[in-house]
Amino acid sequence: MTVVSGLVVLLLRNSNFAVLDPKGPIAQSQYDLLIFGTVLSTFVVVPVFALTYGIVMRYRTNHQTANYSPEWDGDKRLELIWWLVPLALITVLGVVIWTSSHRLDPSKALASSKPPVTIQVVALQWKWLFIYPDYNIATVNYIQFPEDTPVNFVLTADAPMNSFWIPQLGGQIYAMPGMSTKLHLLADDPGEFRGSSANLSGEGFAGMKFTAKASSQADFETWLKTVQQADVNLAKADYDKLAQPSKNNVVSTYSAVERNLYGLVLQKYMPPDSHDSEGQGRHEH
Amino acid sequence: MLGRLTLDALPHEPIAIGAVVGMTLGALGVLAGLTYFKRWKWLWSNWLTSLDPKKIGIMYLIVAALMGFKGVIDAMMLRAQQATGVGDNAGVLTSDHFQQIFSAHGTIMIFFVAMGLIFALFNLIIPLQIGARDVAFPFLNSASFWLFAAGMILVNVSLAIGSFSAAGWLAYPPLSGIEYSPGVGVDYWIWSLQIAGLGSLLSGVNFIVTILKMRAPGMSLMKMPIFVWSCLGSLVLIAFAFPILTATLTLLSLDRTIGTHFFTSTMGGNPMMYINLIWAWGHPEVYILILPAFGVFSEIVATFSKKRLFGYTSMVWAIGAITFLSFTVWLHHFFTMGSGANVNAFFGIMTAVIAVPTGVKVFNWLFTMYRGMVSLTVPMLWFLGFIVTFTLGGVTGVLMSMPAFDFQVHNSLFLVAHFHTMIIGGVVFGGFAAFNYWFPKFTGYTLNERIGTWAFWAWLIGFLLAFVPIYALGLMGATRRLDRYDASMGWQGLFIVAGIGVMVIMGGIALQVLQMIVSYRQRHQNRVGGDPWDGRTLEWSTTAPPPHYNFAVIPTVTARDQYWESKHHKPVAKPVYEDIIMPKNSPAGLFIGIFTGIFGFAVIWHIWWLALIALLAVITTIIIRTSNDDTEYVITAAEIAKHEHTRLGHAT
Repeated sequence: MTVVSGLVVLLLRNSNFAVLDPKGPIAQSQYDLLIFGTVLSTFVVVPVFALTYGIVMRYRTNHQTANYSPEWDGDKRLELIWWLVPLALITVLGVVIWTSSHRLDPSKALASSKPPVTIQVVALQWKWLFIYPDYNIATVNYIQFPEDTPVNFVLTADAPMNSFWIPQLGGQIYAMPGMSTKLHLLADDPGEFRGSSANLSGEGFAGMKFTAKASSQADFETWLKTVQQADVNLAKADYDKLAQPSKNNVVSTYSAVERNLYGLVLQKYMPPDSHDSEGQGRHEH
Repeated sequence: MLGRLTLDALPHEPIAIGAVVGMTLGALGVLAGLTYFKRWKWLWSNWLTSLDPKKIGIMYLIVAALMGFKGVIDAMMLRAQQATGVGDNAGVLTSDHFQQIFSAHGTIMIFFVAMGLIFALFNLIIPLQIGARDVAFPFLNSASFWLFAAGMILVNVSLAIGSFSAAGWLAYPPLSGIEYSPGVGVDYWIWSLQIAGLGSLLSGVNFIVTILKMRAPGMSLMKMPIFVWSCLGSLVLIAFAFPILTATLTLLSLDRTIGTHFFTSTMGGNPMMYINLIWAWGHPEVYILILPAFGVFSEIVATFSKKRLFGYTSMVWAIGAITFLSFTVWLHHFFTMGSGANVNAFFGIMTAVIAVPTGVKVFNWLFTMYRGMVSLTVPMLWFLGFIVTFTLGGVTGVLMSMPAFDFQVHNSLFLVAHFHTMIIGGVVFGGFAAFNYWFPKFTGYTLNERIGTWAFWAWLIGFLLAFVPIYALGLMGATRRLDRYDASMGWQGLFIVAGIGVMVIMGGIALQVLQMIVSYRQRHQNRVGGDPWDGRTLEWSTTAPPPHYNFAVIPTVTARDQYWESKHHKPVAKPVYEDIIMPKNSPAGLFIGIFTGIFGFAVIWHIWWLALIALLAVITTIIIRTSNDDTEYVITAAEIAKHEHTRLGHAT
């Protein structure tokens, strides 16, 4: 036993159970659901395991016992119990599913006294492009935002479908070409969080990861200034070059971005006869 | 002339070349062996052209076992890559090869191993359990098998000629579209599934008719063995779900081949529609596989508790409920697509509701053992292992039924661990239980219990070692299908443990092979009659192995556990034999399989003239076969009496 636990400790010495270590209200609520579901399940798991063990031990025999009842093949009251008890548990679960699906709807904006930061996300082959429309900057494989401030992500892809996931801040949403999805997250405290692509998108998919950094408001503004002063442009032509497949991209930043680039990316996938001047495309809520 | 096919299609990588050379040598060895031992005629008339469901069932089992070996070797290669592709280490495989392997692993394991296994069970057990001599359409059954085999062969041909899909086992567009996957890989995937899927659909219809029309006199629906009920649920799902797969694959292949826009991102196409359609087939598919396994466990628990199944009516309702509900949950495979809270919540609740009938079944099994005489034979060990794994898998399933939590583990290794728990703990364990349980019925001798027990423990421990770390990795935020990751993640140790788990499972497989060899060598000591377990249902009433007509006299049914009742309550009447009409062998099914396989290969490589010829050959074969009126023969009552006399004298 000591050997086993020693091995487990050794195995897990560098590990970070991201889903079990939430750093924002969304991930926290999702963690709470995990605990709730596990506790609820014990009401079934414990009786099943106990009954299995008890019955097998009690009736494991090769000779006829006094209460051997080969013809006993049903009992309406007993059967009613195991139709109704699981049904009751599932009813409780159903209520939680309904309320939590609405409360944690990824497209629902988070309530906060602070104005949100909007980040437009474009999944490319095989990197994440992030556009800050309010600041006219863009980054690749890196985002920064202030702590305790809602971050409104709008997501699309100019590549095979992907899925955007920062486990410590909250669950994922698909990024799809020609579609625009929404995700609202918030980090309670400063910290660096790992972000990944969760859906297979081709050969370089494993290297398609990013860092999400929550910092103080002051640090965020300093970072914005640094990016804006660097004088690297992301015009449409630069974007087209960036969108070419490439693997294991390093972090890069852009001080100026083509106007309405996100809308242009969405528009690429619109049928030719349905041009949408705002470039909002088909909305996916 | 040869479309897209050039010499470049031959393998270049050493691992692939090795695999191809190995497989070619293996095939040549088999052919040489057949010639040397002069077994060609035996192979042709006893197996390839046979319309006997017992023979066809065994051929399904052989395909499933061979593909199972391949699937496990694939699994080991995936684990080897994930244990070594850390930080600056590229690992043992290239990204593209790794992606082909996980796509092939999933495809093979579901379509050719799990489906092969349940079709083997349908063929071997259903006719015997309902007191029938054959299936409703014996020739169609043979054609279904050879279509299934042709699909399997196409997957394997992709190893040697061209490449396999690297787009995952369900090939989501736009990744699987022509723009991002211009090679032949996705076409191999489409056509192998299209052809095997056609076989599955035809077989599904065949067995529905068999169950509904060919039951022994007196066997009302509520007197059917519960395994047959489980199969009926599964077959109804096949009949409703497989046409969706066929249509979806057709549309995807049109997009790829002639440039339509059903699932493209541009020109008004919609990849989300593909994802909905593929899961409208894919979720019922899960229950197509698991329902027969439930049926197996129901039979085994009753037999080895020497007691009637508890709550038969509840069980039937539970099967019905699962069958219906399995069509109402498909969206839970993509809560993360952003359908909105109402839609997600609806599908989440429907998913959770399926846990109710499943739970009912578990309690009924437990109370079948209650007040019984439980003997812990190898099939019962698999049952108990199933209860442990399936309950744990059920818990993780219930967790993921909450859409808001699913966002955190979707496409993570937590999900991968969950569905392996259900498929291995449910379908595979069920298959092994069935194999140990029914093996003596078809061979006349039992499997070695001791080695069978070792194999069980190796599998159970190997399974836990292989998948508990995968659950943990999922909670660490590890997504599926990663061929490399940063060393700082701290994932490597767990991936190595998971790899060791796969090796322990391989040890279990080696023990199963050993079990078969030892049992074969000791077959004379372990010879048993038709009823080695004190069985309850009709299949145990005939000899082992059963004669090709199954029953010399069709039994009359008055009770659910008909054979148990007649053993314990009724004197055996002296049999009165009548003439039996049986189908003649036919090579047409084999030819249909071969020509359809060639058609698939030709379409994959755009060799249109060959596709046309192959298609005409298929149609011609069907016309020739259907114009043949001489497809049956009669075994006279006298021959049966003689045969029964010698057979019963020897076998029991």
